[in-house]
Amino acid sequence: MKVSMRGICKAFGPVRVLENVDFTLHGGEIHALMGENGAGKSTLMKILSGVYQPDSGSVEVDGKAVAIRTTRDAEAAGIAIIHQELNLIPQLSVMENLFLGREPSRFGVIQRAAMRQQARAQLDALGASQIDVEAEAGSLSIGQQQMVEIAKALAMDARVLIMDEPTAALSAREIDTLFALMRGLQARGVAIVYVSHRMEEIFHICDKISVLRDGCFVGERVIADTGFDEVVKLMVGREIGDRFPGRDVVPGAVRLAVRGLSDGRHIDGISFEARAGEVLGIAGLMGAGRSEILKTLFGVNRRTAGEVWLDGAPLDLRSPAAAIAAGLAFVTEDRKSQGLVLGMSVRENATLVHLDSYARLGVVNGAAEQAAVAQQISQLRIRTRDAELDVKSLSGGNQQKVVFAKWLAKPPKVLLLDEPTRGVDVGGKAEIYHIINQLAAAGVAIVMVSSELPEVMAMSNRILVLHEGRQTALFDAANLSQEDIMAAATGTAGHDTRTTQD
Amino acid sequence: MTAQQKATLQKLGPFIALLVVSGALAIMSPDFLTVGNLMNVMRQVSINALIAFGMTLVILLGGIDLSVGSILALSSVCIALMIQSGLDPVLATLLGIAAGAGMGFANGWIISKGKVAPFIATLASMTILRGLSLVFSGGSPITGLDSDFFQMLGGGYVAGLVPVPVVWMLLMFAGFWFLLKQTVFGRHVYATGGNEEASRLSGVKVDRIKIWVYTVSGAMSAMAGVVLTSRLNSAQPTAGTGYELDAIAAVVLGGTSLTGGRGWIFGTLMGALLIGVLNNGLNLLGVSSFYQQVIKGAVILLAVLLDRAGKK
Ligand SMILES: Nc1ncnc2c1ncn2[C@@H]1O[C@H](COP(=O)(O)OP(=O)(O)OP(=O)(O)O)[C@@H](O)[C@H]1O
Ligand SMILES: [Mg+2]
Repeated sequence: MKVSMRGICKAFGPVRVLENVDFTLHGGEIHALMGENGAGKSTLMKILSGVYQPDSGSVEVDGKAVAIRTTRDAEAAGIAIIHQELNLIPQLSVMENLFLGREPSRFGVIQRAAMRQQARAQLDALGASQIDVEAEAGSLSIGQQQMVEIAKALAMDARVLIMDEPTAALSAREIDTLFALMRGLQARGVAIVYVSHRMEEIFHICDKISVLRDGCFVGERVIADTGFDEVVKLMVGREIGDRFPGRDVVPGAVRLAVRGLSDGRHIDGISFEARAGEVLGIAGLMGAGRSEILKTLFGVNRRTAGEVWLDGAPLDLRSPAAAIAAGLAFVTEDRKSQGLVLGMSVRENATLVHLDSYARLGVVNGAAEQAAVAQQISQLRIRTRDAELDVKSLSGGNQQKVVFAKWLAKPPKVLLLDEPTRGVDVGGKAEIYHIINQLAAAGVAIVMVSSELPEVMAMSNRILVLHEGRQTALFDAANLSQEDIMAAATGTAGHDTRTTQD
Repeated sequence: MTAQQKATLQKLGPFIALLVVSGALAIMSPDFLTVGNLMNVMRQVSINALIAFGMTLVILLGGIDLSVGSILALSSVCIALMIQSGLDPVLATLLGIAAGAGMGFANGWIISKGKVAPFIATLASMTILRGLSLVFSGGSPITGLDSDFFQMLGGGYVAGLVPVPVVWMLLMFAGFWFLLKQTVFGRHVYATGGNEEASRLSGVKVDRIKIWVYTVSGAMSAMAGVVLTSRLNSAQPTAGTGYELDAIAAVVLGGTSLTGGRGWIFGTLMGALLIGVLNNGLNLLGVSSFYQQVIKGAVILLAVLLDRAGKK
């Protein structure tokens, strides 16, 4: 089977997003689609799956032109898509989401037992047996929601499967299961489009790679014949230098001290310290309680036991407002539901946390606000035509930078990062790493949760590893291997690997 | 037409609708476009507009306030009783508005701290407060409020031309415009309505914002109650029944989204004026009050449908 998209053009209003893009896909291949944030990857895939209509251009399947006007048309043509943004209905259960629009029914009555059974089987096949099919989708973690989205797309039995950053919220174990499944589909002749900003994954699982830059197709390569540098050069049009810029900061005094922190549900007895100028990484599998540590520190979740000090003084853990007042900042993992107010402009989002700094007696000084935002846009290199645009219209990576902007308007004492580069392109990642390094140099203590092991290992001074809510190791990041972390994260480390650094 | 121009046109939709309807009425009825009649319309509109301004904040938060009519009635009854008992009318008026604010505060507190859905909470308080105004008034109107000051609040004129309630309305309009456009509070209202979770995580004191917004809505209802009581020179325990619907209609006609986060106060003023102009025009044309309701409902539906179509 062969799917070709030819001469695809698409504009949103005056913004030309895709220009004359050709993209060819064969059955049985895993084809990476790469490009910077905003290059047009998601838009191209939304056209292939019937979400958007191209302004011009055509789609052919096995040489015959097909008209894909709606998502139904795409499904009929055997094209399924896992969208970059999560689309589950939070109030419905997992299984209701899985079967939305195609519920197994008899005379209009839903066959709940059949539905439950099939849903269970689909999730088990993904290795997601810990997800309860009756649970409300909104109660799942982001990673679990992602697994449900994947299961939903796999259930379509498609000939073409588009995966738009499916692993952005998954950790190593789930990714391995997913890759095994993808190989199985590949062997059955399914064509898979794989969009991701994680270079290791691309080189690990894909056969071919197509690159978009600023809405134009710039080339196709066979994975075996290319390398990291060439791909980056195709994407960015220049060399980006070090992937993980080095940091030359000697950690200073302890800023954040945590002793025996528990929330009674997800985490138990967590203890660590983060020093000025230090990046403390937190690793673990999905559901291990990594985000919960940050949420408890930030006053989102209730603490049931434990003490926290900031610069030697007890920290008020009652509310996010109190945490912010004390000097904490928190880049959350899910920018759509927790990070941004979609519908508000880039400017309004960027100044949401520290609006008071541009106000006197509660009245906002518009000029000061605009000037500050303009400066942040250039400093963080946020790609937007205008600060007044709805933040929703920005690409994922640029949305993430807006979240950073909102917290960095005033330098925090402690910065909590939950998957800070989720969905951010190589260049953007390097820029975010630079920002992290600058903050560290300025004496900020940084606590970073990340599922991307190369990132945690390269950016952290020390790494705390969790397994099912308890810490199993606190490593010095120098001379550490991925295997060490995985052993601690899966709870299979034979001995206590805790290092006693301080 | 660029997207920006289209958005601006979209936003001005309620204004354009008002011009069109006014133009049509001016052609059909010679009495419509007279200074006296227009001032009369504005005065009639003022009560709904005052309530609708507060309602705009509530709806921007994604909430709803069904209790505005009952708050209006109960605060009127309180003011009338205070004046009757010989309290200084100025003080009585201020205390009455404070009482309305207090009732709104109770709504906000129950909604934010008690985590009760706004519809349910204000449905309950609508019933309770209506009952209390019947209890306090003994079920009959309270009359004989002979205070020049108090009668001026609803019935007076500024410069012999502009009714005092219209001045209230315009002052409040300016105040709300400023509040929503220029203040930290206003920004936090939009943010909370747009995404409560993200706002809370950004340090916005979401509960406090909610309580304030319902408090303001209560105070605005009481202010409308002052105007109405002064105009009628008596407090009716059943006054304000159904006013919540007119206020919601004005807000929605003005383009504010019922799901929160999006809207503006200018639209609400236009919406209130549109409803007022329709009422007045249909009266002038001698349309039966039965048909008036049908026409009003149809216009609201049409306006909202046009708004939808424009957004696509
Ligand atoms: N509905 C829309 N309306 C207006 N502009 C849009 C819309 N959707 C996307 N865009 C713009 O189109 C461009 C391409 O966006 P797209 O989401 O396809 O990028 P992407 O390559 O998937 O990026 P990322 O890696 O960040 O996911 C961006 O500049 C984006 O702002
Ligand atoms: Mg994308």
